[in-house]
Amino acid sequence: MQALTRPSDYVDASSPQGEPDAPINAPKLGFVGALRFAWRQLTSMRTALLLLLLLAIAAVPGSLVPQRSSDPNGVIQYFRDNPDLAPVLDKIQMFDVYSSAWFSAIYLLLFVSLIGCIIPRTKHHYQAMRQRPPRTPARLNRLAVHREQNLSGGSTGEAITAARDLLKKSGYRTEIYTGKDGVASVSAERGYLRETGNLLFHSALVLVLVAVGFGGGFGYAGQKVVVEGQTFVNSLVDFNSFNPGRFVDTESLPPYSLKLDKFDVEYETKNINAYGQAIDYTAHVTSRDVDGDTEKHQIKVNQPLRIDGTNVYLLGNGYAPKVTVRDPEGNVVFTDSIPFLPMDTNLTSQGVIKIPDGLAKQIGMIGFFYPTAVEQTSGAFASNYPDLIYPTLSLNVYSGDLGINDGVPKSVYSLDTDKMTEIAGRTIGKKEGGTAPLKLMPGQTQNLPDGLGTITFENVNPHPKKDDYAGSVARFASMDIHRDPTQVWVGIFAGLILLGLLTSLFIPRRRVWVKATEGADGTVLMEYAGLARGEDPGLREAVDNIAERHIRALGAVPDEAREGNVEA
Amino acid sequence: MTLDLISVYALWSAIALYAIAFVAFAFDLARRSAEVAAAADEAAEKAAAAERAAAGEPVAVKALASATVGSAGAGKARPGRPAGGTLTLEEDHSGTVTASRSISLRIGVALSILGFLLHLTAVVTRGVAAGRVPWANMYEFAMTGTAVIVAVFLIILTRVDLRFLGAFIMGLIVILLGLSSLNFYIEVAPLPPALQSAWLVIHVFVATTGTGFFFLGFALTALQLIQARREAAGTALSAKRFRFMATLPSSQRLDNLSYRVNIIGFILWTFTLIAGAIWAEAAWGRYWGWDVKEVWTFIIWVVYAGYIHARATRGWRGNRAAWLSMIGAVTVLFNFTIVNLFFKGLHAYSGL
Repeated sequence: MQALTRPSDYVDASSPQGEPDAPINAPKLGFVGALRFAWRQLTSMRTALLLLLLLAIAAVPGSLVPQRSSDPNGVIQYFRDNPDLAPVLDKIQMFDVYSSAWFSAIYLLLFVSLIGCIIPRTKHHYQAMRQRPPRTPARLNRLAVHREQNLSGGSTGEAITAARDLLKKSGYRTEIYTGKDGVASVSAERGYLRETGNLLFHSALVLVLVAVGFGGGFGYAGQKVVVEGQTFVNSLVDFNSFNPGRFVDTESLPPYSLKLDKFDVEYETKNINAYGQAIDYTAHVTSRDVDGDTEKHQIKVNQPLRIDGTNVYLLGNGYAPKVTVRDPEGNVVFTDSIPFLPMDTNLTSQGVIKIPDGLAKQIGMIGFFYPTAVEQTSGAFASNYPDLIYPTLSLNVYSGDLGINDGVPKSVYSLDTDKMTEIAGRTIGKKEGGTAPLKLMPGQTQNLPDGLGTITFENVNPHPKKDDYAGSVARFASMDIHRDPTQVWVGIFAGLILLGLLTSLFIPRRRVWVKATEGADGTVLMEYAGLARGEDPGLREAVDNIAERHIRALGAVPDEAREGNVEA
Repeated sequence: MTLDLISVYALWSAIALYAIAFVAFAFDLARRSAEVAAAADEAAEKAAAAERAAAGEPVAVKALASATVGSAGAGKARPGRPAGGTLTLEEDHSGTVTASRSISLRIGVALSILGFLLHLTAVVTRGVAAGRVPWANMYEFAMTGTAVIVAVFLIILTRVDLRFLGAFIMGLIVILLGLSSLNFYIEVAPLPPALQSAWLVIHVFVATTGTGFFFLGFALTALQLIQARREAAGTALSAKRFRFMATLPSSQRLDNLSYRVNIIGFILWTFTLIAGAIWAEAAWGRYWGWDVKEVWTFIIWVVYAGYIHARATRGWRGNRAAWLSMIGAVTVLFNFTIVNLFFKGLHAYSGL
């Protein structure tokens, strides 16, 4: 019975060991036979095991090579560093390992094999739960765990009834049998929950995969960088980047808006070993729903905002210097807060400012922002504290063609200087008559080279103070907005996985038999035997316990439990 | 003296005690080897005597199998060799010797307990000094993780006699703890915002405990493999190497023990994975994103899942499954060391 419903190579204490494997000289198979053969191969333990190990191995390269899903910039860098190797790796999907054809093939086969295992086992388990415990074996002393004791008298019938009641009370399912020799016995089995747990564990794994798949199709993730004072609207046009699932209607995102009122950062100032380490980020936001109702919220790193079926996460932050550019006549041609990407823990940040229109030439600037600037011996600047103690903006200015007129989208964080000339910067500044990088502190204005106009680094503090730059530069928060309709389900199924695992590993499944044989001299020989079905270290103890309780219940004194209470 | 400094002193004292415990445990193993050698000589003599008595009739080793050679206190067949062992031969011809009670073994356990108390002091004072759980960077992971390993070992000792593992465990603990203290030590620092979560307490502690169980499983599996080789070789008592193995449980028993330890590790690891996913959802906006540490946590999970299945697959039970458990242990170690130190990912909390 086991052999039919369990994979043929499943080790079970109750199935004969050393059963020969599939015969080598198998008879000719028809098409159906071949399919059946393939199916049995796929659902065998050995194949499942092989696929499991293959899955582990296949997951390794994704940790060695940067992945597009988790580290897109790393992939770009990898292409730059290994121009010969990268395209080859890309061909075999090494940068998308976890969505690659080969990785998917392995786990899909594994799950097919799994389903092929779950279904017949569920059927079998359902039947087993409705069946009576099996007949008592003729010779109990052949079983791994067996003990016997002669009682001086009494009725075998009473002994058996007492044994049945005891086993029932201990959670066994029982059945009384009378053998061919007329000897009565109780057959008992318990621990059906072990197999239930096993099936639950494996089914929940399948359900997790299904839920994750659905979540990918019906969910979306968008990123948005919001500067203090700015508002973000949850609609397609307002995201910096947006990855919808295949079935997402991008026109009907929940219509709400979030305004970043204030972004607070707290720095460690007491512990000298960690001086300046950020210890808290808090984004104070105001949400506004479609009816215009507003509500204030806080978003922290471990505390996302759950709103309208979406989750808003705080993933990053930095400074967004506000810059105003005027033409020589003093007309404002550009004014904006530009998010600068942090490059180190002291928030040395880099950003790009592009002024396509309004000046005599197109201007591009690569800027470095130092919240607390210190000049190094090399003449370069660095930041040695992440808060605004001595904020300095240093700009390399280029003029020429920004390369944005042909309509090809360009990243706002990079500047293509191929068709541009440096008119202020470290390279040209070293030359005779060249202009060094423009250096500005909040509130300061400088002339652009070549009489192009002026640039102002705005102090955004409404009440600027001399020598106190707190609040002089706005901060930005980078938010991730996700919707994953199946996330909760994945969580529930994961809980079932754990539950199934616990029951399948810790609930022992065992059979226990109690037999009473009347001797010629009027004594009664009580036999107790147990059989483990699966891992069961406590079997001997359990049989001993039953035997002792039973014998005491019959008014006799149990023999000493024998030595060697450990299983082989 | 600051609390952190007390922690450092306590830790180094613990390392010293563990090292002495290791010596005591190793001494016990050497003593076991000597007893086995003595028992082997005695068995050989008995066999020779039996042969003489049978006057040339072939003596099957089976004759020995049923014969319990000597009782406690026997084994003085060869003067100068202390032996208190009782020799029995099992049907599979693998010799086993019941080791006598040993003072060095008790000293080893006592020092381990003392060392653990100091170790625990180091962990607790570090936690108090930092004002948070003491597992937020690699130095602290190593300190707490090894404390958990020793704790699990000592707790299991109250239920199953695994003292023979002492040398193995203490040796590795001294190496791990010594190396981490020398290379990973950093001053107490506050938690970065990403780690400010209740999940730090749960997820990391359960992961550490799981690692502790896997570590014990590894020790048992290694012994199991050596034992299996010895059993396969047959006439084991006269074996030159690893003689003490004759006083250890059979490979089958070691297999069962390591399985039990490993499945507890596996359950804890499953929980680690799930708890990590819940935390990742709150902190990083997705519950699973194939970050390098997630990848390796997954790999470890799959390898041990493979091990559990292998133990239920005909042809894989025994040595092959044991090798999977060994591979699992290697992936755990890899995850803790190489991935933490050299791989770039979101779990960048080594503090180094």
